[in-house]
Amino acid sequence: MSIIYFLIGCSLFLAVCFLGAFFWAQRSGQNDDLHTPAMRILLDDEEEPPEEK
Amino acid sequence: MIETNTIEKTTCYHCGDECLSEEYVIEDKHFCCHGCRSVFLVLSENKLCSYYRYNDHPGATRARIDKRFDYLSDTTIINELIDYADKQVTIVTFYIPHIHCSSCLWLLEQLNKFNPAVHYCRVDFLKKQLNIRFDHRQLSLQQLVELLYDIGYEPMISLQDVIREQNSATKDDLVSKIAVAGFCFGNVMLLSFPEYLGIASFEESFKYFFGLINILICLPVVFYSGWGYFVSAWQNLRNKVLSIDFPLALGIGVLFIRSVVEVLTRSGAGFADTLCGLVFFLLVGKFVQKKTYHRISFERDYRSFFPVAVNIILEDAEKPIPLAQLHTHHRIIIRHNEIIPADAILLKGEALIDFSFVTGEAVPVNKTLGEIIYAGGRQTGEVIELEVVKAVSQSYLTQLWNNEAFTRKQDNRMQTFNEKVSKYFTIVLLAIGFSSLLFWLPGDLKRGLSAFTAVLIVACPCALALSTPFTMSAALSIFDRNLFYLKNTAVVEQLARITNIVFDKTGTITIGGSANVQMKALLTQYQKQLISSVCFNSVHPLSRMICQYLGRTTRLPVADYSEIAGKGIRATVDGHKLKLGSAEFVLHQQHDAIHATKVHIMIDEIYNGYFAFEHQYREGMEKITALDPGYQLHLLSGDQDHERDELIGFFGEHGKMHFNQSPQDKLDFIRSLQSKKRKVMMIGDGLNDSGALKQSDLGIAITDNVNNFSPGSDAILDGKSYEKLPAFLRFSKDAVKIIHFSFFISLTYNLVGLSYAVTGNLSPLAAAILMPLSTVTIISFTSIATHLAAKKRHLL
Repeated sequence: MSIIYFLIGCSLFLAVCFLGAFFWAQRSGQNDDLHTPAMRILLDDEEEPPEEK
Repeated sequence: MIETNTIEKTTCYHCGDECLSEEYVIEDKHFCCHGCRSVFLVLSENKLCSYYRYNDHPGATRARIDKRFDYLSDTTIINELIDYADKQVTIVTFYIPHIHCSSCLWLLEQLNKFNPAVHYCRVDFLKKQLNIRFDHRQLSLQQLVELLYDIGYEPMISLQDVIREQNSATKDDLVSKIAVAGFCFGNVMLLSFPEYLGIASFEESFKYFFGLINILICLPVVFYSGWGYFVSAWQNLRNKVLSIDFPLALGIGVLFIRSVVEVLTRSGAGFADTLCGLVFFLLVGKFVQKKTYHRISFERDYRSFFPVAVNIILEDAEKPIPLAQLHTHHRIIIRHNEIIPADAILLKGEALIDFSFVTGEAVPVNKTLGEIIYAGGRQTGEVIELEVVKAVSQSYLTQLWNNEAFTRKQDNRMQTFNEKVSKYFTIVLLAIGFSSLLFWLPGDLKRGLSAFTAVLIVACPCALALSTPFTMSAALSIFDRNLFYLKNTAVVEQLARITNIVFDKTGTITIGGSANVQMKALLTQYQKQLISSVCFNSVHPLSRMICQYLGRTTRLPVADYSEIAGKGIRATVDGHKLKLGSAEFVLHQQHDAIHATKVHIMIDEIYNGYFAFEHQYREGMEKITALDPGYQLHLLSGDQDHERDELIGFFGEHGKMHFNQSPQDKLDFIRSLQSKKRKVMMIGDGLNDSGALKQSDLGIAITDNVNNFSPGSDAILDGKSYEKLPAFLRFSKDAVKIIHFSFFISLTYNLVGLSYAVTGNLSPLAAAILMPLSTVTIISFTSIATHLAAKKRHLL
């Protein structure tokens, strides 16, 4: 059962990696504005807008 | 009798307002004014008409069509406004109140199609901010603002930079602390399970290993996430206050020390998971409490109302200077729609000052040469020249800000329930802890210590600490949904304790800015057409209101038009001579008693009657009056008492209404009520109420457009929800009752836990179950109860 020492080490290491990833996202401002990107994605970016009728 | 014309309404393609004229038509698209049409032209020139595809009428109406941003060439002002600049690039953030739909978002992020010097632009929709990076060698800040203005998105540029204050305030690491606590909570829980489920005796070594890892994981929870509790408990102790943070810090500390001791001495498993769970839930509670639902500034003062710069005459030339540099004896130039920033004497021009924001009075006031004009008025009409007599900070309006009410720290003006209870709670808790220690001490030191620590652990007021934030934030979101925006959660409790409500009159119980037009004249359709044609030529607010009232008609050619400021209009239309204006101007008689503003009509020397402009009371006044037995209502007005008779119906006897009140009088009145131990709520709208709003226990600013300027206050109420005020008051009382009730629930849990704890036999498993269970109960109870209470008050 000594494998448990290794497995717990692995799981903690992985979890710390994810925590680090979260910190990075937080610090780089990814969570600052959660509303606008959701609207932006609905807008088309077309080069030439269709002629007005 | 009075003919009603049923001409079909056309709405403006750009802003959706009703078109009063047939003048502005392009490609069968109707526009209400020149401003809206010019925006459309700018957009169509740049092939950006998709703007109109995403939403109908996305634009803002453009009553003002003159742009004046000369002051943006002044380097001191530029440096105040921008975020960053180097040799090539400038970064600036604007607050644009009109951002409201996906079209706005789309258009504002296409700025570089108008001008390639704009490198980058990003909208923050909820904050209504636009962040722009541009090359200042090709495009000056002034040109950029003019571009934004041209496409209908004028940024709000003010002295008090609300944006920067907001941005700096949000920099706190609560989210990171929650992340760490949550991470540790999850891991510790997993590692504690073997212990709870039972570890076989041949695997005893694992037990020690798990314990050590648990302690290790607890370290960041105690010393990073939970550290704030120790700091604040210590600070409160030094200020001789027993706040709820003290038992919390005690609980965290005892949990940690006991866990370390138990694991290191191999005498038990410790309470690591309870500790992590406790800190995690507490921080979540804090987060919920801090969450703000609306990005509205409650801290605005006169600086955000006044312009950034003003034009002065210096050696016969006009020069914009920042307001801070404005001194007495400066000669200033004020144009149409500009605000007078300091008390000044009128030297030149016809002043017609709109004090609607200062006093709430809808009708502009005429001023004669040599008269002192108080700061805060908005000039309508032609250019005027004034000499400043008092510095900006010494003006009639702004000197209120020097009053002590504004310097007072005013976080929690009333003690919250939590603060009151936690004092006694802590004392009782310590008493029980020490008595259980003393009880076991003579015989069994170990059991005594174990009982003592167990008491502190079990009685840790986690559920108590969570009941207020969760109830209050649920209440806050319900208020928010009903267009009543509170500054923070403590305001809900303040609302529940109000005994006296003081109303301002103009703009608060009457609808600000607009008056009810009544036609006291018999006019044919043709005569209406004549009047409308004349009024269309005037920028005077009364003319505009008449125009709007008469609706859309075909304009007739107007000749010999002359407008005498403050008096009236004389013109010849279609061969008929028209005179519109005051009684003195039209009828050559002195003013009759002023009950309402009137515009008299004379066509071809025959008197036809008049238009009367009366204040319109907000809907739901009867509901407000019905509050009377429970609350004392008062009325404060800066006006004369000519509306006294109508208001008696709402406010009853004379003693409750006070007229002719200066801003200082209003503040003093609130203070005199407070000295009688009354809890006073002030509802006002203008700058003249700001002293009273600040002095009161709860100041509510009422506004018809939340993005407009409103004076600093604890809450902002949208005029549409005015009639819900009684429901808000009742609901706030419900919320406080819910907090009281959840306090008893958490006490019950504490008592159950304590009955185990005093015996000294608290098992880690019991603590690990009890703590989250009580938390979950409290959270679900408060959210469900708040929801039901809101339903009962018809707020959902």
